[in-house]
Amino acid sequence: MTSIARDLPAAPRADREAVAARQARARRRLLGRGLLYAAAVLLALWVLFPIYLITITAFSPRDAVYDYPKQLIPGTFSAETMRFFVDAEGVLGALWNSVLVAVVTLIFSTLIGAPAGYALARFAFRGRDAFRLIVLSTRAFPIVILSIPLAVSFIEWGIYDTVWSVALMHTALALPFTVLITSSIFISVPRDLEEAALTLGCTPATAFVKVVLPLALPGLAAASIFTFVLSWNEVFAAVILTLRERTLPALVLAALNQSPVPFRLAAGWFMLAPSLIFIFVIRRYLLGLWGRVSR
Amino acid sequence: MAEIRLQGITKIFDKKVRAVDEVDLTIADQEFMVLLGPSGCGKTTLMRMIAGLEYPEYGRVSIGNRDVTDLPPRRRDISMVFQSYAVFPHLTVFDNVAFGLRMKNVTKAEIKRRVEGAAELVQLGPYLERYPAQLSGGQRQRVAVARAIVMEPAVLLMDEPLSNLDALLRLNFRAELKRLVGELKTTTIYVTHDQVEAMSLGDRIAVMREGRIVQCGTPMEIYDRPATQFVGSFIGSPPMNFLRGRIERSNGHVQVGLGDQTLTAPSTLAGRSAGEVLVGIRAENIEAEAAPAAGAIAARTEVVEPLGSHLLVTAAVGDQRLKIQARTDFPAQPDAPLWLRPEPDKLRWFDPESGQELDAR
Ligand SMILES: Nc1ncnc2c1ncn2[C@@H]1O[C@H](COP(=O)(O)OP(=O)(O)OP(=O)(O)O)[C@@H](O)[C@H]1O
Ligand SMILES: [Mg+2]
Repeated sequence: MTSIARDLPAAPRADREAVAARQARARRRLLGRGLLYAAAVLLALWVLFPIYLITITAFSPRDAVYDYPKQLIPGTFSAETMRFFVDAEGVLGALWNSVLVAVVTLIFSTLIGAPAGYALARFAFRGRDAFRLIVLSTRAFPIVILSIPLAVSFIEWGIYDTVWSVALMHTALALPFTVLITSSIFISVPRDLEEAALTLGCTPATAFVKVVLPLALPGLAAASIFTFVLSWNEVFAAVILTLRERTLPALVLAALNQSPVPFRLAAGWFMLAPSLIFIFVIRRYLLGLWGRVSR
Repeated sequence: MAEIRLQGITKIFDKKVRAVDEVDLTIADQEFMVLLGPSGCGKTTLMRMIAGLEYPEYGRVSIGNRDVTDLPPRRRDISMVFQSYAVFPHLTVFDNVAFGLRMKNVTKAEIKRRVEGAAELVQLGPYLERYPAQLSGGQRQRVAVARAIVMEPAVLLMDEPLSNLDALLRLNFRAELKRLVGELKTTTIYVTHDQVEAMSLGDRIAVMREGRIVQCGTPMEIYDRPATQFVGSFIGSPPMNFLRGRIERSNGHVQVGLGDQTLTAPSTLAGRSAGEVLVGIRAENIEAEAAPAAGAIAARTEVVEPLGSHLLVTAAVGDQRLKIQARTDFPAQPDAPLWLRPEPDKLRWFDPESGQELDAR
């Protein structure tokens, strides 16, 4: 026992140096981790703080809006401002319209865009690269120029000032991204897996449903968040293509200039909440799948 | 009955790369055929054309007297083990193996029985409920094998199915696979670039190079009588020795000169106008002597590698090098002289330009 204890300090120098180096490495790693977390917290605050401010002000009594300095911890809870906003003319209708438009846009752009993305990912057809470019270049066409003739066409077809006209427009806006994003999602599903399914008795269609789709689902879910938010926030086309059947952003934009600050904050919260809920629902699903499949 | 017949199969990628070039091959019913060749020689491509995953530019594929060239994979009664495993990551091991059976509407009880049987065979029994992400590379590879054999197809295609197993597992699995495939009575095509695997498994081996089959025969034929210099140097460890020599005639006998020494050559070589010839001989067909002997070739020892069962001696004859297998008690010393006596009937003769074997019989 004693001899061991005596030997310890006399450990060879190389050993001690190795230990020191290991400790230094561990310290550096810890520091790196710390920085990473700090950055993550900072980024999260950057996004969450405004959301927090909007939320507490939207649920405070009306005059609390003008308080200075701002109360970071909500004082009295009050649904007064919120109720005022919700009761205002057309808000609930517009909310419903917005949800409808976003969902219809989501369905349309996925139904049209995903097959195009799949074709881009899997088939080497003549003019594939040109197609990719053209798809993207549609975004270069100004909506301003497009909107007036579109409005005229929609009037002719009898769908002007309906959810459908806005949804169609949003689908057109979302499609380039849907096509390109889904194509990269499908590329990331190895071709081998599909071929293995083909050798195990699948038709191309069943191989798609049984193998490609489940594996692409997390990516498709992420893409759908993008489309949903794009449609939810889009205001320009919505303003031009609707008069009475406003979507929420169109309504808020039209009403905002003449409204008091509390109303604006309530509107902001109201715009925010549904898309946050949508993202959270999809996200859980997305992580669940990714956690299992990837490694 | 599933005889596979390939006629003039050609695959051209990007209008210029001839990945498979006019391959004719007939594989008998229940035969175990190994495709062997270096990386990039077109083994996978050929196999994919048999599976129906790749469409040949020219040629026909028939399986069991049925022309399947234009049929999709699911109509060919094949199953395939992919080089990349292609195990479905979103399904458990059980569901992976059951996938094909479910497509064929096999009853639940039957699926359970067969999947468990196949899993037992590849020693995956305890892992049936796991997802592939929770398996090692070798285990995933075994899932791929189980998924293919559970189908009991007429034709089993395996693309390097053992490449990711460790040496011991590979050895056991190889024997297991051989027994299994015999029981299944399927026609099997097996791709590998491991020549030991090819020799041990194949009823016949087709050696490929640059999209063509250079030789097809039983393992012993290929080992003993390589059709080209390429086959001789690709098969066997160490590869066949090749020495360059001049054809000489002296008083009616044909000889081949190696530096200032000579080897007796078969008289059929006399037909060739005097010139160079390539002599091929395997390491184990050369007798090494420590003392000069009549008819033996003088050489100098360069490297001695003890390999347990024998010594691998690298020797120099003039400025040419060759490897010899010697008994462990052979007194080999670097730089010491030694005398070599090749077995005359094991000598093979090749054209030095084309590398083709010369018909010396
Ligand atoms: N889809 C493809 N497009 C273009 N070239 C290809 C394609 N697939 C294969 N090739 C080319 O064809 C040749 C043969 O490829 P193949 O995959 O059949 O080789 P292999 O013998 O299986 O090699 P390995 O032992 O490395 O698996 C290679 O030169 C390869 O680059
Ligand atoms: Mg290959």
